[in-house]
Amino acid sequence: MSAPLKPSSMETLPSGLTGLAADWASDQRAFKNVSWGKAMMWIFLLSDTFIFGCFLIAYMSARMSTTVPWPNPSEVFALEIGGVHVPLILIAIMTFVLISSSGTMAMAVNYGYRRDRRKTAALMLITALFGAMFVGMQAFEWSKLIAEGVRPWGNPWGAAQFGSTFFMITGFHGTHVTIGVIFLLIIARKVWRGDFDTERRGFFTSRKGHYEIVEITGLYWHFVDLVWVFIFAFFYLW
Amino acid sequence: MAPVEAHAAQQHHPIKLYLLVWGLLFVLSTFSYLVDYVGLQGYLRWSLILIFMVLKAGLIVAVFMHMAWERLALIYAILLPPLLVLVFVALMVSESSYVLLTRLLFFGAAP
Repeated sequence: MSAPLKPSSMETLPSGLTGLAADWASDQRAFKNVSWGKAMMWIFLLSDTFIFGCFLIAYMSARMSTTVPWPNPSEVFALEIGGVHVPLILIAIMTFVLISSSGTMAMAVNYGYRRDRRKTAALMLITALFGAMFVGMQAFEWSKLIAEGVRPWGNPWGAAQFGSTFFMITGFHGTHVTIGVIFLLIIARKVWRGDFDTERRGFFTSRKGHYEIVEITGLYWHFVDLVWVFIFAFFYLW
Repeated sequence: MAPVEAHAAQQHHPIKLYLLVWGLLFVLSTFSYLVDYVGLQGYLRWSLILIFMVLKAGLIVAVFMHMAWERLALIYAILLPPLLVLVFVALMVSESSYVLLTRLLFFGAAP
C-alpha cells in the first residue's frame, strides 16, 4: 500500500507518540482529523465492549465455580445432516455467515469512499441479508434448545447456569445483529437514493453529504462480528 | 470539512486487501472449528482457541474497522481500556476458585 495522500492542511499535524501527546493535550477535540461521528461510534463500541465483557466474565465465574458438570456445547449444538451427526455445525455455519457479512460490509465502505452509490447500497443490502440469515439461524437454535428443555433456570444436561448465560449472551448479541440490520437498511436506502450526493438533510445525514456514515455503520457491524469471535471462542468452543 | 475529506483520502484501500482478510478470517474460523471437530483437549485446545480468536479479532479491528490507519491517540483510547478488563478477569478467576472451594467444602460434590 502506498503512503496516504495528505493535503497541505494536514501536514502540520504530528504523528506517532508526539502526535498522541499533542492530540490528548489539545484544548479542542482530542482525535484530530477523526470526525465526531466516528469518535462517538468508537466510544459507544468501547462501552458495549464492557457490557459484553461483563457478560462473558459472569459466564466464566458461573462455569468455574459450579460443582455440577457443564453441558458439552459441541454436542448441544450438533445437528443431524442427512443422517450424519455433525458436532457444532450450526454455530460454524453462523460464524461463516457473519464473517461473510463483515467482508461485504468492508467492501461497501470502500465503494462508499469511491462514491459508487449503487455498489455501496447493493453491498450493504447483501450485508443486511447475511445479518438476517444469522438471526434466522439463531431463532432456529433457540427454538431447538427450548424444545429440548433449556430454560434460563436449567437444562437437561447439567449446570443450570448454562441456560441463563446462553440466553443472556446470545440474546444480547442477536439483539445487536437485529439493530444492525435495521441500521444497515436505513443507511442503504439513503445511499441508494443519493442523499449523500444531493446533500439532502435528514436523520443521520444532517451534516454535509459525504459517505462517512457508511463507515460508521460499518464500525458497528464489524463490532457485532468481533463480539461473535469472542462468543464463538469462549461459549461454543471452550 | 477539510479533515473529513482528508480522512476519506486515507481510506482508499484496494478491494484485494479486504478479500484477502475475508479469506484469512474464513481459514482461521475453519481452524477454530477443526479444533472442536478433531476433538483436541486440554491446554492445546485452549491455546489454539485463544490464538485463532486473537488473530481473527486483530484482523477485523485493524483492517475492516480501519484501526491500522487511525490516529495513535484514538488507537490507545480504544484498545487500552478493554485490555484492563483482564484485571477484572483475573479477580473473578480468583473469586470463582474460592466459591468452588467453599461449595466443595459445604456440599462435598466433586466437579
